[in-house]
Amino acid sequence: MKTSPRFPALPRSFTRRTLCAGAAAAMLASFSPASLAATPKDTLVIAWAMDDIITMDPGEAFEISAGEVMGNSYDRLLRYEVADPSKLVSDLASSWAVSSDGKTYTFELKPNLKFASGNPMTAEDVAFSFARAVQIDKSPAFILTQFGLTKANVAEKVKATGPLTLTFETDKSYAPTFVYNCLTANVASVVDKKLVMSKEVNGDLGYAWLKTNYAGSGPLKLREWRANEVVALERNDNYWGEKSKMTRVLYRHVKEASSQRLQLEKGDIDIARNLSPEDLAALASNKSIKTTSTPKGTVYYIGMNQKNPNLAKPEVREALKWLVDYGAIGDTLIKNIGMVHQNFMPVGLLGASKEQPYKLDVDKAKALLAKAGLPNGFKLTIDMRTTQPVQGITEAFQQTAKRAGVEIEILPGDGKQTLTKYRARTHDMYIGQWGADYWDPHTNATFVQNPDNSDEAKAKPLAWRNAWATPELTKKADAAVLERDAGKRKLMYEEMQADFLKNSPFIMLYQQLETSALRSDVNNFKIGPTSDSTYMFKVTK
Amino acid sequence: MQPDPARPTANATATGGAALGAVPEAVKPASRNRHGRFLRSFGSFLAVLFLTYLGLLAVTFFIGRVMPIDPVLAIVGDRAPEHVIARVREELGLNKPLWQQFYIYLSKVAQGDFGTSVLTSNPVMQDIRRTFPATIELATLGIVIGAGLGVPLGVWAAVRRGGVVDQIVRVLGLIGYSVPIFWLGLMGLVLFYAKLGWVGGPGRVDVTYEYTLTPVTGFLLIDAARAGQWDAFGNVLSHLILPASLLGYFSLAYISRMTRSFMLNELAQEYVVAARAKGLSETRIIWAHALRNAMVPLVTVIALSYAGLLEGSVLTETVFAWPGLGLYITNSLQNADMNAVLGGTLVVGSVFIGLNLLSDLLYKLLDPRTRVR
Repeated sequence: MKTSPRFPALPRSFTRRTLCAGAAAAMLASFSPASLAATPKDTLVIAWAMDDIITMDPGEAFEISAGEVMGNSYDRLLRYEVADPSKLVSDLASSWAVSSDGKTYTFELKPNLKFASGNPMTAEDVAFSFARAVQIDKSPAFILTQFGLTKANVAEKVKATGPLTLTFETDKSYAPTFVYNCLTANVASVVDKKLVMSKEVNGDLGYAWLKTNYAGSGPLKLREWRANEVVALERNDNYWGEKSKMTRVLYRHVKEASSQRLQLEKGDIDIARNLSPEDLAALASNKSIKTTSTPKGTVYYIGMNQKNPNLAKPEVREALKWLVDYGAIGDTLIKNIGMVHQNFMPVGLLGASKEQPYKLDVDKAKALLAKAGLPNGFKLTIDMRTTQPVQGITEAFQQTAKRAGVEIEILPGDGKQTLTKYRARTHDMYIGQWGADYWDPHTNATFVQNPDNSDEAKAKPLAWRNAWATPELTKKADAAVLERDAGKRKLMYEEMQADFLKNSPFIMLYQQLETSALRSDVNNFKIGPTSDSTYMFKVTK
Repeated sequence: MQPDPARPTANATATGGAALGAVPEAVKPASRNRHGRFLRSFGSFLAVLFLTYLGLLAVTFFIGRVMPIDPVLAIVGDRAPEHVIARVREELGLNKPLWQQFYIYLSKVAQGDFGTSVLTSNPVMQDIRRTFPATIELATLGIVIGAGLGVPLGVWAAVRRGGVVDQIVRVLGLIGYSVPIFWLGLMGLVLFYAKLGWVGGPGRVDVTYEYTLTPVTGFLLIDAARAGQWDAFGNVLSHLILPASLLGYFSLAYISRMTRSFMLNELAQEYVVAARAKGLSETRIIWAHALRNAMVPLVTVIALSYAGLLEGSVLTETVFAWPGLGLYITNSLQNADMNAVLGGTLVVGSVFIGLNLLSDLLYKLLDPRTRVR
């Protein structure tokens, strides 16, 4: 049998890859949408990377994307004003008051409220919803249990004292703003008791059912959630307030930013939520597209583990804070998606400091390192998620730190992987972010509060994860939660931030700016400061 | 069945485990009747199948457990208090020893319970029933394009070796091998969707049909056709055509190269010379004689390409926002959602086993020699 070569030699004379890349660049440059395929007039279509959603149960939902769906589809007693988040506004409650000892809160519901199912809503539903969240005890339950609610006492502490009257008892006399702010969170959403209990299996309080179903009263109701595919919302005609202008709101899962951009330019979607700074810059000249942005409650930082003997030196911590080129990062890597911010309290929360003393100063850093006995620098590792802009920032930091002799080795990883390591306190440095769980300054006390710095500690706040023992700051943070005078409370947070800025093992980098691009015919779209305050029911087009 | 006395033990250990499976067939006593032989080969097939699945599951399971990701963290998130984390760990059985976890998983699988995905809150098989049709639809159209064009092109290139078609096939193949599919997909979208408006954009169907077209089978083309919604059918097709062509192109690149080399091999055989001497038409020689022989190895190439497409192309699915199996498995893996990963692996494994079996059967159809012993 004659044999012939199976794979004849391939010519290797030139790389077609280069050629193609050139052609592609030319194609992108000359790109302009040819025709427009508009979305239906009564339907709002949003492209969104929403693979973080794991549940549609307000008692469990704690992810960013799920939070937004909850904010649009479930009502709660109070909300805050999106334009001025320090102001509380009525949602289901028509009035609210606190007793003189500061421990009993009374809420009066609006009359004639109805769920989307048609069932009437009473104070009993609210009490049930709070009790249910405490009983199923999922991730966000602590927002309620931090007021002393337990599985055993919740029925006693939160109860309907009249058809429309609810009382809520706390274990201590907390700052009322703190209590109210927490009640705006998703976990305090009101669910339809009758409907949920009719779906109960083995005493699970409807948990298995509500994961993928809906039992709320909000302006939009959930029609369908297909994981990693679509979230379909529809107008709730039983809603007590102004009805949604859109009949349908459709979120489509589009992970890839460039795909989102193409669809937006083409008019197949109305809003693109996850565009990159490059995409946003390219869209700036497009007349049929506009952008909107809002500072979010999320701050990005680098944590320095105090178990590392070098990082435990105060001079080294300060030196590293002088080795970040904040200006360059702000102008390029986080343009349109972040603003430089150097303290742990995001702008928009009570008492947030806007002071920015740090800038890139290699000489100052060198002097500090010499003082710490490290004139020739030292070596470090940093754990980093391989996503932008975190990756770019870490690489920039690596470059600038090198100029003072600090050799940083980058350890890239997946988000869940780096987080697992961070929570085990085996990192040197870790670049990450922290988002507000509810709209109150106490949510970020995690940066300074560390009641138990031992390896076996139950709670793992950020201060603990970096092994930063903070007896004084912990006391201050505990006191601030109980301070009933809002002015004094603000002052306390300002003091904590001044201390933090100087001594903390955290290099605060920036506060997230969420930017969306939308078709110019879409109006009244405003991104809220938290994930649950971006209201699609207000949008018109 | 009695132990085979003829088996040379020393030899078997020397040639290793791979040879072990082949030994019984090779030294089979000639007296065995056909029926027994069938039963025996069927039995060994089942045993191999069982071991393959077990191995597949074991490897995936243990890789999943040694990944430096805490699966509990993926479920409850970063903010959950310690007692919630501990409870979920217990609920998932993660506090038990590894072998026990694996045993529990296996016994559940044996009862047809593949567990629940923590990411989607659905039973894993329900998720796969939802995502797999999207991938099948894409892969099938892809392989139809790939094989339908790739085989004739390869034949042509072999016949006119060194000619224009041969050069074109070579360049196509080169680009197919070297250009990242991710990039090509995006460029395809820019050109055919955004600029020319010939095809639908990312996603399986336009928003307008999202509410009117109810998925029954999950194959949207079939669903639309069954409901008689021909406008929806056209829309689904317009969304399908670009990613399918892209996948088709990549398999075309491979299939045409392989066809070409198989055909060159066949055309150099003596029977081709004999056929020409007998005065058969060139068309008949190429398509009826040479290609028929080249089809035997080609079937495996096509079947494996198809299996590769059915695995789900993560990059294509990402660019085209296609809710398919590849994306599902990858996403689950990144979140240490092991039930979903294991379920997906089983399905992909079954696809490979099934298609291998199918190509074995096709061998027998195409090549009479494999039928007669």
